[in-house]
Amino acid sequence: MTEEYILQAENLVKHFPITKGAIRKKVVGAVSAVNDVNLAVRPNETLGLVGESGCGKSTAGRTILKLIQPTAGKIIYNGRDITGLSRHDMVPLRRELQMIFQDPYSSLNPRHTVGAIISAPYEVQGINPPGGVKNAVRETMERVGLNPEHYNRYPNEFSGGQRQRIGIARAVTLRPKVIVCDEPVSALDVSIQAQVINLLQDLQDEFGIAYVFVAHDLSVVRQISHRVAVMYLGSIVEITDRKSLYASPLHPYTHALMSAVPVPDPRVEATRERIVLRGDLPSPINLPSGCVFHTRCFRAEERCRVEVPKLVEFSPGHQVACHFPITEHLGSDLIVGPDAGFTEQPTPEVQPPSEVIADMESAGSSRPMGADYVADGDFTDKDY
Amino acid sequence: MTDAYVRVDDLRVAFPTEDGTVRAVDGVTFSVDRGQTLAIVGESGSGKSVTSQALMGLVNARNAQVSGHAWVGDNELISASDDQLRKLRGSVMSMIFQDPFASLHPFYRIGDQLGEAVRVHNKLSKDEARKRVIDMLERVGIPNPERRVDDYPHQLSGGMRQRVMIAMALINGPALLIADEPTTALDVTVQAQIMELLAELQKQYNTAIILITHDLGVVADVADEVAVMYAGRLVERGSLEDIFYSPQMPYTVGLLSSVPRLDAVTERLTPIAGQPPSLINLPPGCVFEPRCNAAHLVGGDRCQTERPELLTITPTHSVRCHLEMAQREQFATESLAAALGVPGDES
Repeated sequence: MTEEYILQAENLVKHFPITKGAIRKKVVGAVSAVNDVNLAVRPNETLGLVGESGCGKSTAGRTILKLIQPTAGKIIYNGRDITGLSRHDMVPLRRELQMIFQDPYSSLNPRHTVGAIISAPYEVQGINPPGGVKNAVRETMERVGLNPEHYNRYPNEFSGGQRQRIGIARAVTLRPKVIVCDEPVSALDVSIQAQVINLLQDLQDEFGIAYVFVAHDLSVVRQISHRVAVMYLGSIVEITDRKSLYASPLHPYTHALMSAVPVPDPRVEATRERIVLRGDLPSPINLPSGCVFHTRCFRAEERCRVEVPKLVEFSPGHQVACHFPITEHLGSDLIVGPDAGFTEQPTPEVQPPSEVIADMESAGSSRPMGADYVADGDFTDKDY
Repeated sequence: MTDAYVRVDDLRVAFPTEDGTVRAVDGVTFSVDRGQTLAIVGESGSGKSVTSQALMGLVNARNAQVSGHAWVGDNELISASDDQLRKLRGSVMSMIFQDPFASLHPFYRIGDQLGEAVRVHNKLSKDEARKRVIDMLERVGIPNPERRVDDYPHQLSGGMRQRVMIAMALINGPALLIADEPTTALDVTVQAQIMELLAELQKQYNTAIILITHDLGVVADVADEVAVMYAGRLVERGSLEDIFYSPQMPYTVGLLSSVPRLDAVTERLTPIAGQPPSLINLPPGCVFEPRCNAAHLVGGDRCQTERPELLTITPTHSVRCHLEMAQREQFATESLAAALGVPGDES
């Protein structure tokens, strides 16, 4: 099953050391930005990575491209372990692994023309496409909805939406296999946001690109993703296909997050109940014991304070890290709507290892055992 | 003119520049009563923030030409002197800004910053002011206010800072609160806390709120009335129901159709084509005409040449558009159905 993923991260960990002293730089602690995260994306698939600011979603996105070296864990691209590759060895891979940034103002060099910005990947990679670089760049510009005549203009002559198109053109011009999009539309106005989302979807259909779509906006993520991973404080708390996540979220945090997003429909809004989480995000320097979410969770019990919940398969393709996942209907806060554009992604069938179930039964677990409930056991990528 | 507590009549703000005059706000009229929330919705550059700054007297008179009228109770704001405005700001009307990181002074304890807001408008001793500050911090949900009052802004999280800003804005019980994108810089779970807090305090103080936002979800959640702005103009105004369930202006329809929604997925989003116009070089006719999908329904070249007037359709609902009523409604119904799909259609 490993082969079908184009890019995989296994047990990814990223800690940023905190140092004290100017000369000795004694390490006195660490910011645990990403803790034991498993992610995988298939060709032609969009994996949404959502969470609030500080949850480590951007760090995770950058680490799987090796823009940041992971502290531990493995990154596998196309069946090949690329974790240990040097910067130099990564260069040929860069044409297949690209990134689109959030801020269309700071991610484009103001002193370079649009043509120079979009042709930079050719220069770096030493590629000479048939017909010349300039032609290839003009073609890409046209493809992303920019006027090729504007080849010699500077970024400041463009609006935010058009600048984001320049950033997209730069990322897709070498026809990459994977693009990590870090909040690509959050700086744009809604009417422009829709243009850019549509463009990203069209490019995926045309070139079969795999996207890792990092965003905080659950509505945007629902629109573009096939599968969605929800992050909280450096850990993935829930991961599944889009339909299951939005129709039946299992993790209390996913519930709270969804109920907090206002829906642009007053009559729907009037009937929704909001789970308002109290307090703020704990510091990633001192992670809470047990479940990282227990300090704000409305279902937390003693067990959550002590034992770290593992990410386990709850139903096929639906994994959650929670001791007490929400299986009952919580009332009107759950919003299920039409899911027209949903294209079913093949979800591999997973059988629970029989010894795990036997283990659970002998341990006398008090948790509900549904027919499709697969319990405990260490999570590996093969469980996907 | 209505007898609402806050009335704005034909407000215009223009900035002369070397390249031409930027008409940031052009003939905006609205009113809000105490206890009510008016949401001003628009994209960047639509003039929604400049409108609020003009009301607060925060538009620099040397760079800008401001005309029109605005009343809060009996106080006229546009012709008011700096001294008069200074007395009104913080007591009769106040404002919270988008960025709670930039709007608190980093060198002063929050208690001192809030205390100043109290003592400027009231003859109170420092101790009395401090008591009032602690009471206010408690009301906005800051834990341990007796201790937190001596914190510096950097010791608080973003959500807590926005709570401090709200405390500062409401500490003198103003009649009008202008909230300029109060939750845009915050996470959704914190946004939910802040919007809940604002609604509670609005009830306590019977405040009129002008909420400036681009988030239609937030509007649907809290507003009573909605004003839609585009390129400096108020293009549609109506009750919450009017705007969301019978939008008249093709721009409003376009906005509603282009938002991705948490409760639905469509095959493709329906964006509004093109870019907003430059405020220096506005189209001579309807400002939305270059991006409008319905302009061809109007006979001749009226949309290209003639500025539409704000037309009152019902007592609560008015729109700036050349289309006939029936055409507007048909266009809205068809566009929204195409964009959002039929509810319950699980395919």
